[in-house]
Amino acid sequence: MAGLSEIIRESQLWKSIFRHPMPVDRRNRIVVMLTNFFLHLHPVSIKKQGIALSYTWCMGGVTFFLFLVETVTGVLLMFYYRPTVQWAYTDIQMLRDVDSLGIMREIHRWAAHAMVITVWLHMYRVFLTGSYKPPREFNWVIGVFLLLLTLLLSFTGYLLPWDQLAVWAITVGSNMARATPILGHEGPGQQLLTLGGVDMITSASDARFALLGAREVGEETLNRFYILHCIAIPLGVALLLAVHFWRVRKDGGISGPL
Amino acid sequence: MSKAEAAAKAKASPKGPTKAKPKIAVPPMPVKPAYLQAKSAAPAKADATDDGRRGFLRLGFWGLGAVLALWTLATVKFMFPNVLREPPSKFKVGPPDAFPVGKVETKYKAQFAVWIVNTEYNGQQEIYALKSVCTHLGCTPNWLEAEQKFKCPCHGSGYYKDGINFEGPAPRPLERYAIRVAEDGQIEVDRSRTFHEELGQWGNPSCFIPV
Repeated sequence: MAGLSEIIRESQLWKSIFRHPMPVDRRNRIVVMLTNFFLHLHPVSIKKQGIALSYTWCMGGVTFFLFLVETVTGVLLMFYYRPTVQWAYTDIQMLRDVDSLGIMREIHRWAAHAMVITVWLHMYRVFLTGSYKPPREFNWVIGVFLLLLTLLLSFTGYLLPWDQLAVWAITVGSNMARATPILGHEGPGQQLLTLGGVDMITSASDARFALLGAREVGEETLNRFYILHCIAIPLGVALLLAVHFWRVRKDGGISGPL
Repeated sequence: MSKAEAAAKAKASPKGPTKAKPKIAVPPMPVKPAYLQAKSAAPAKADATDDGRRGFLRLGFWGLGAVLALWTLATVKFMFPNVLREPPSKFKVGPPDAFPVGKVETKYKAQFAVWIVNTEYNGQQEIYALKSVCTHLGCTPNWLEAEQKFKCPCHGSGYYKDGINFEGPAPRPLERYAIRVAEDGQIEVDRSRTFHEELGQWGNPSCFIPV
């Protein structure tokens, strides 16, 4: 059998995919890491302080893991879900009957709740260990934006099952946007954007209208929230995550001394 | 050199530090020939062409910036659709005598989000249409016949029969829709016009039918 694996590893097919031999020394380990796209996203080695669990709690890592779980289960759910008023509720109800491993939606929901909890714990830990102090202040700001996007993901995803809970939660939540200063049609300063006697900010042109796509929560809102939930916000999260991790690495690795 | 080499050298020459290097006489820097000195005059000539290029590039970048700004505005406008898909706002609910004095009609609430009420307000008997949207955060209140009040299940806002809020977090009374008697004798409600009590609009004859 050793001969077979030798033959495979010497073949051109193998060598074209894995350019370097298996690492046997430190230099080769580094070479393999640095020349591999997937592996180079992780540092070659991490300092011992990075795995001090009572200090780091690992909540950032757990949050990222949950985000990956959400992405995978979310994509799988998309194969059986139609974001229309006619089909949304039924599709999710039927998931368990239509498909094996129909617990995708349960996993998706549980992981979403867990992700919100762990992201708060991560924020709490960063605050307690002072890891927001210079030169790491801007990374904290990026983290706050990530928190906002996580909560928006929860908000937009909540509407998709299209049950009573979803519709009224979004109605009530989006009604608050009516009272936005200047940009909401029932908020203070709404008159400021009046041009020549014509109100620019009305119930059909204010911030709430842009969010819902209509004047009440309906078909357009479902479609809009579906796209926000599956594409637009995850793209933003991915971008900010990349910068967030990059900054941690460049500032000396996780839980480095100030 | 290493420590061992230095020790061996010190041992080989015990008469102390070696002689200092002989001083080198440095000749003065040669004067630049004429063709090289002319360089200080050259930029004045090339300036005009460089400025032209620079100006063009600057104009180009400003133009690009303007186009990008317009693109961003267009993308924002993209999110505001021009078409509203809503059912027609006017609907008929029957003749005025279908609504006896004191009645709160709830059968149009599910489809049109309205109660038709016949009661006394401000000293006169009126029929009017109340919008069944709680003024707190938008849930649908219920009419409690036994207690003669509207009560919102979400956060407990309470309204009297005439729509005035008296308990809970509701900040203002329920809104009224425009209402009139149409040509065929039926009451017609228009959901596109609302009247707020707190703005003094309930005196407007378009929002009630005197009985």
